[in-house]
Amino acid sequence: MELQAVLMAAGGGSRMTDLTYNTPKAMLPVGNKPLIWYPLNLLERVGFEEVIIITTKEVQKMMSMDPKIKVDVKMKLDVVCIQEDGDMGTADALRHIQQKIKTDILVVSCDLITDVALHEVVDLFRAHNATLAMLMSKAHEFTETVPGQKGKKKTAEQRDFVGVDQSGQRLLFMANEADLEDGLSLRKSVIRKHPRMHIRTGLVDAHLYCLKKAVVDFLSENKSISSIRGELLPYLVRKQFSKTANYEKIKDDCEDQTQKKSSTDDEVVISSRDESLLQRAQELSCWNDHRGDMSEAYHGGKLRCYVHIMEQGLCCRVNTLAAYIEANRLAPKLFEEPAVHPSSVISERCQMGSDSIIGALCQVADKTSIKRSTIGNSTTVKEKVKIANSIIMHGVAIEEGCNIQGSVICSNAVIGRGADLKYCLVGSGQWIEPEAERTNEVIVGTDQLMEI
Amino acid sequence: MADSGVTDGPGKKGEIERVKNEGKELSKEEKQRLRKEKKQQKKSKEKKDDKESEKEKKPGGSTATVPQAQPSTQKAPPAVPAPVSNSVPASEVAVATEKPTKSKAELKAERRARQDAERATKQTKKGEPGQQGATGKPKAPPSELLPVVKRLSEHVQVDDPDVLKKLAKKLERQQIPLRSDYGYKVSLFSHLHQYSRKAPPTQQLSIPSTVIHPAIVRLGLQYSQGIVAGSNARSVALLHAFKQVIRDYTTPPNEELSRDLVNKLKPYISFLNQCRPLSASMGNAIKYIKKEISNIPSQCKEEEAKNKLLTSIEWYIKEKIILAATAIAHSSIEKISDGDVILVYGCSSLVNHILCEAYDKQRKFRVIVVDSRPRLEGREALRRLVQKGISCTYVLISAVSYILPEVSKVFLGAHALLANGYVMSRVGTSQIALVAKAFNVPVLVCCETYKFCERVQTDSFVSNELDDPDDLIVTRKGKTQLAGWQQVASLGLLNLVYDVTPPDFVDLVITDLGMIPCTSVPVVLRVKNVDQ
Repeated sequence: MELQAVLMAAGGGSRMTDLTYNTPKAMLPVGNKPLIWYPLNLLERVGFEEVIIITTKEVQKMMSMDPKIKVDVKMKLDVVCIQEDGDMGTADALRHIQQKIKTDILVVSCDLITDVALHEVVDLFRAHNATLAMLMSKAHEFTETVPGQKGKKKTAEQRDFVGVDQSGQRLLFMANEADLEDGLSLRKSVIRKHPRMHIRTGLVDAHLYCLKKAVVDFLSENKSISSIRGELLPYLVRKQFSKTANYEKIKDDCEDQTQKKSSTDDEVVISSRDESLLQRAQELSCWNDHRGDMSEAYHGGKLRCYVHIMEQGLCCRVNTLAAYIEANRLAPKLFEEPAVHPSSVISERCQMGSDSIIGALCQVADKTSIKRSTIGNSTTVKEKVKIANSIIMHGVAIEEGCNIQGSVICSNAVIGRGADLKYCLVGSGQWIEPEAERTNEVIVGTDQLMEI
Repeated sequence: MADSGVTDGPGKKGEIERVKNEGKELSKEEKQRLRKEKKQQKKSKEKKDDKESEKEKKPGGSTATVPQAQPSTQKAPPAVPAPVSNSVPASEVAVATEKPTKSKAELKAERRARQDAERATKQTKKGEPGQQGATGKPKAPPSELLPVVKRLSEHVQVDDPDVLKKLAKKLERQQIPLRSDYGYKVSLFSHLHQYSRKAPPTQQLSIPSTVIHPAIVRLGLQYSQGIVAGSNARSVALLHAFKQVIRDYTTPPNEELSRDLVNKLKPYISFLNQCRPLSASMGNAIKYIKKEISNIPSQCKEEEAKNKLLTSIEWYIKEKIILAATAIAHSSIEKISDGDVILVYGCSSLVNHILCEAYDKQRKFRVIVVDSRPRLEGREALRRLVQKGISCTYVLISAVSYILPEVSKVFLGAHALLANGYVMSRVGTSQIALVAKAFNVPVLVCCETYKFCERVQTDSFVSNELDDPDDLIVTRKGKTQLAGWQQVASLGLLNLVYDVTPPDFVDLVITDLGMIPCTSVPVVLRVKNVDQ
């Protein structure tokens, strides 16, 4: 077997608590499909037959009840449940399932919606015998107004600095602004080997990583690393250029032994059987990945990290409210599905724009206007309702005469008649009184306000 | 196809049918008999002229031509004698049915005239591609040639849609995606594949590849991207991948390892062929492995068999590549004297090894590295030699005639040595050999014996490799002149990989068997075959 897929679905959605206090992030509806369906669909399309899903009991229960996942997903899902406290980082989770991992892994996050050609990432991993291959994408500005945002708040997202070499594939440097106190410092050894480096900041990390099995073994030895993105990746990128990494000796007599690990200094030693033969083939080959200095291909380094940067196409990580709204806009365009679910009842006098999607078992009455919106399953919309640029989740009841614009209404909410909501976020199960007029508000239950 | 107005009769029609159906071969006796009948037919023909058999002749003639056309298109070498002999049975018909009415002298004269006419037509037929005479001599070679005629490999018949269809069917059966050709191909090379690096062979493969072993997928990717390039490197990498395959192989129940493993390797080899056409060295390595696998006795246990195979692979690499390189270096060092100026072309792993060994043995020489676009492999050779400490000069191939007066020897590597003594190597090698010959500089080709192949080629068109044409596009000062080359209908970009050098330009071939002239290559091949 070449690769095992691991789907991380235990995240709590800490940056969009308003949406996730009732529904776990993995099951949030995007384009009327649960969020976790998208990475599962991606894996299935490229040909995976089994996926290990690391998630919480709640998500597992919801997944087993969700019709979309049960019917559409043909792969074998091996669900591993972990505690929900949130103390377990992604690397901790990998350590938890170390016994199940027999070969190199492909780690995907549940909030990734993309149409990337996955072979581009995996080809880098295969061709260069890389330790890490990841996917990144050019970030796009979010154009939609986000409900609940007071004023033009520039999200003070911590910037990520990513350094790549001239070909744009080799990952040389990775740091988050939060970790850099005074300034960005680059090691001389890196610059000596790669004199031309492109440092990019406008990139979105898709959280899709191909990792060698030796990395998982390394994690099990080093229990201090708890997050893949935060700790493991920068460590691997730095380790590419450390002095000891280049002095790994390959013994000729270890050809028939199983993978050996060096015991000094938490080294990630990548050795395999017949390493000497592979080395010889590389020496005989007249190829070099760089030119201008006297060193051999890859500068003799055994640990290599690669990145595939998507310039075009959709790659969206749904971890903030703005991203969620953007995803609802773009995700339905990925698939050729009918805009109106066949089981819904739409009256003829309803004006539905072409950008809208209506879920299953909905009832939409006369004289309604639905433009650029997503309506979830089992939602009832009464007469004379105007819905524009909004996201309505499942089980919502909207009474007559409502006017909803640019809002997000979570599941099982009830909007009283004549309500006028502009750029609001209505939490799950909330009740908006009739004739209410709210603009740019987040309406959630009082008990939720206590959560931080 | 000239026919002297032949007639047909019901009896002889049957004979024509029989001849047609029996196929291409006509035995000596049959031909003699037919010749006799033909003579008789000529006799009666003169009598026929009086009669009103014209009407018979025409339809008979047309029906006679049709069966003759068909067998002639079917047959290759015996194409020419066939119509001649087919006309014979046809003419016999008239002979059998007619009675002599003219006098003997007149008959003789007419017979002689007719024989001259036939001889003249036979001469013209001889001038055509079918080079046999009318006699039975060509009979024997055609019947011998036919079993020996080899099928052309599909990778030089890309412009034939039937061959492509067959290939597509074969790949579909083996569940390997077909890689499609890219871009406009120059007409002289339209019979070869041309792939683009931007369309990798893994595009349609499932990601945890199940049909093809992951080591082979990795290898194929490395071939198609050029990460593993060079004849020796490709063979070693191939054998390494096969070792992984053999390690991970388990014999299915009710199957024999010797047969099943060979069948397992076939789709892998097709896949690698799709990534990049196999080199001669790889072909020989594959032949060796297949032979080793089929020679495994059936009662051998699986573990033992696998270990045997792994050791035989290691032996092959050790002996044919590593030790051969040592032996060749040993012989070549005798040819390098102090004060030599050696010219090398491109990056040949063997030549680099030789030069490094010679330097270690304290020979004083300097090297001129000649390089060419688009691969610019000479830079890598330059790096390795300079890192060793050898003083080098670097020129592009356009400066070869300028630099050659300084050169005392030319060392060239080879991709393969063909059975007629031609050297197949990186494109540009034959040019260097030609210019060196013009300057009377000795040209030495270094090649291990495992790269010798039984193919015969006299030009670089028939069998070659077309690399990605987009490699030729260069961006200087922000401008890419050839960016829209596909839109210009009359423009084709040609990126050849190999060319053949005739043996007249090569003075010596240094192999692990010793230093031989180019013309001794078939002898080595024969000896190798006898050994095996």
